[in-house]
Amino acid sequence: MTDFRFAVNVLPKPGILDPQGRAVEGSLGHLGVSGVAGVRVGRRVELTVSADAETAARATVDHLAGELLSNPLIESFTVERIG
Amino acid sequence: MTRIGVVVFPGSNCDRDTLRGVELAGGEAVELWHEAGSLDGGAGVILPGGFAYGDYLRAGVIARFSPVMRAVAAFAAEGGLVLGICNGFQVLAEAGLVPGALLRNRGLRFLGRDVRIAPERLDTPFTRLIGARRPLRMPIAHGEGCYFADDATLDALERDGQVLFRYVRSDGGSTAETGDPANPNGSLRAIAGVMNDRGNVAGLMPHPERAGEAILGSDDGLPILRSFVEAAAQAERPDGRADLAAAAVR
Repeated sequence: MTDFRFAVNVLPKPGILDPQGRAVEGSLGHLGVSGVAGVRVGRRVELTVSADAETAARATVDHLAGELLSNPLIESFTVERIG
Repeated sequence: MTRIGVVVFPGSNCDRDTLRGVELAGGEAVELWHEAGSLDGGAGVILPGGFAYGDYLRAGVIARFSPVMRAVAAFAAEGGLVLGICNGFQVLAEAGLVPGALLRNRGLRFLGRDVRIAPERLDTPFTRLIGARRPLRMPIAHGEGCYFADDATLDALERDGQVLFRYVRSDGGSTAETGDPANPNGSLRAIAGVMNDRGNVAGLMPHPERAGEAILGSDDGLPILRSFVEAAAQAERPDGRADLAAAAVR
């Protein structure tokens, strides 16, 4: 068994209300920053999976990401290997 | 007396109010701990408000995987009556037992205040005893209550009579979709409560159990709980569930 470390990045789907992203974007003027748009706020979850091969580990992460870490109605996710 | 189970998750905080509300509505209220594997003979189940499992990750999602929710899902699949209030609605939505999702309030703030809602239908297990009373005044207390579903789903919900409650103005008038203060959290189509397609599982964000007797400032919530208890009593009788299902689905 090998340990594989992944990050799951969860974001609100395009078109879904993202009031946090909007609030962050609205605050940029207070910092004197302009020219920044399209702010989306999501969530990043890192986890280690023990498995025989990366494909098996990745399948576990995909399953968790779709069932628990994101709500497919409103969020999308990407999985990246980080160690 | 008809037994109604009230699920207690770690972090539930409206369970006592809900137990009391069920008793006021004429039912026998039974606590169901989240690790329970059965519903203890309840003829109906209520998931109360609160912050189950701290609302970590997303409101309701971790509660969805608790042992008692397996029993609730099996009960719902058999046509059993299930009502989710506030956090309980979020749990039902995460579990896919009612359509849609509850997003962060459009104004970003946690809201604790009275709202007005109106039932869309009076022929369901959740609304049958409301009668002519409207608008109904009861509190909300949530940070994630902005109802969301895609346009096709919203159209289908309206077509199939699955919208149970909408936020309305204090004079009972319907409210603009998202910007009107009468729609406190910016819910799409001002939806405050929905049912599943079979008409036996429902969720709403406002708290009927916190408006269950005059001393609380409003008893407008009591007819909702009384509807539920009466329908659960009917469901206990032979063929009762089949009759309920036939009546509830358009």
